[in-house]
Amino acid sequence: MYDSIIIGAGMSGLAAGIRAAYYDQKVCVLERHYTIGGLNSFYRLRGRNYDVGLHAVTNFTPPGAKKGPFARLLRQLRMTWDDFGLSPQLMSSISFPGIELQFDNNIDLLRSEVSREFPSQIDNFDRLIESLIDYDDLEQKHFETSTRERLEQLISDPLLIEMILCPIMWYGNPRERDMDWGQFCIMFRSLFLEGFARPFDGVRLILKKLVRKFRELGGELKLRTGVSKIKVENGRAIGVILDSGEELTGLNILSSAGAVETFNLCETEENIHAHTTGQLSFVEAISTLDKYPRELGHNKTIVFYNDSEKFHWERPTDDFCDIRTGVICTPNNYCYDEKDGDLPDGVMRVTALADYARWRNLDKVFYPKTKNNWFEQIQASAIRFVPDYRPHVIDTDMFTPHTIHRFTWHENGAVYGATRKWLDGTTAIKNLFLCGTDQGFVGIIGSIVSGISMANQHLLVRS
Amino acid sequence: MTPAEIRAAVIDILETIAPDEDLTNLDDTKEFREQMELDSMDFLDIVMELRKRYRVQVPEEDYENLVSMGSTVSYLEPKMAGIPAE
Repeated sequence: MYDSIIIGAGMSGLAAGIRAAYYDQKVCVLERHYTIGGLNSFYRLRGRNYDVGLHAVTNFTPPGAKKGPFARLLRQLRMTWDDFGLSPQLMSSISFPGIELQFDNNIDLLRSEVSREFPSQIDNFDRLIESLIDYDDLEQKHFETSTRERLEQLISDPLLIEMILCPIMWYGNPRERDMDWGQFCIMFRSLFLEGFARPFDGVRLILKKLVRKFRELGGELKLRTGVSKIKVENGRAIGVILDSGEELTGLNILSSAGAVETFNLCETEENIHAHTTGQLSFVEAISTLDKYPRELGHNKTIVFYNDSEKFHWERPTDDFCDIRTGVICTPNNYCYDEKDGDLPDGVMRVTALADYARWRNLDKVFYPKTKNNWFEQIQASAIRFVPDYRPHVIDTDMFTPHTIHRFTWHENGAVYGATRKWLDGTTAIKNLFLCGTDQGFVGIIGSIVSGISMANQHLLVRS
Repeated sequence: MTPAEIRAAVIDILETIAPDEDLTNLDDTKEFREQMELDSMDFLDIVMELRKRYRVQVPEEDYENLVSMGSTVSYLEPKMAGIPAE
């Protein structure tokens, strides 16, 4: 009998596991995949390391900062700032045709860019910053109001609204077209008022530190151990049945599998939330270069681009991908420590919107062909906003919504999960709780905080 | 444990929870939150650490007693009197 059974060894599940284990619970984390990470994972291919998910760790605050989610999670996990090995970004941009807003980890740069490009809007932009909800004041009823309506009340230039929405929706909006105001406030803070950073060794460094901590505290991590059912008796979760048929019992179950995905595991009629399944998924075209991007004149960390004045955030309905907008991430362009030097290769990663169903339905012959075709198209779209790096490509890889679903089992390969969030983590089933993407925080720091706060509220306080 | 030993035990817990805080000049009569960056999660950790280290239970309705060092020590005194100092 476990005190806590946690489903999923991603950032949130591992963080929740650390909290439970630290306070002497008998706890296991169950992961169906053969490796850790979930939506933020990593792999090795032809001798090179790749990150999945991580472009940047958002919510970056410098050492010694006492406020904000990053400082909070360090305290809660009894870890140090150095454990995360974060190096801050150089500079990023929001690039639309003929207009660009640059930003870095100090809001002053973005403010000065807004006041140069939109002189009549700078006061409105400041009012927007003042009106953001604080992390601790997020409540379900305010959370779900329309961001577009709020922005239209605050800012009178529609182009500036689109330019602000572009990076924020890209980094954490599960809904199409509009966004929950609560989610917008979280993301605005994490991107612009805090900032971007990356560990030199990528996301694997953070995950390995979390696993080590969890194991040192006596937690059990079981890989290749999928949950096929959550056992429910009289409206109460009492344990899980594994893919192998084995049964485990637990006092509490915390699931990071996703809301709809978790309800589908329950032997009940609780499929009422199926219509909230997220629709947004991505492809990513990753190129390894024989030069560093800065040698080609590219010094930005992340470029959020959109090729018209209107930003379209929706699932492509008539093709495999929508390449009007995208994100170009250059992992080389962070302020790494001198002792680390440079990454071994130059890397350009380009992410575009994609339709899960179309990718899933391809057969074995057409899947690789379609990937090659879209790889070319995505690169061609991206080089309108960065120097043409195509002659320097020496290796490539690409993931699609099908890949995301295959390794994370998230419905539709929806990276940001369901279109509504379960902020308090409770479900209609007693002793069954949610953490991770569908609880409401996204990104690496966000998901870790989600695991911590749900473990505190549901696994620890009541026990 | 004497009140002085209880105070030392609470200081040790605070150092674990918030290693970046300088506690040398902590004023026992002032609220913790006026002197340190402690949020609700950190407060919960004081309770949890007391339970983990000394098996002392602090029910939710008593949390208000943990606002300052002075009130924490007086609240814990009867609960920890029988615990030997480390």
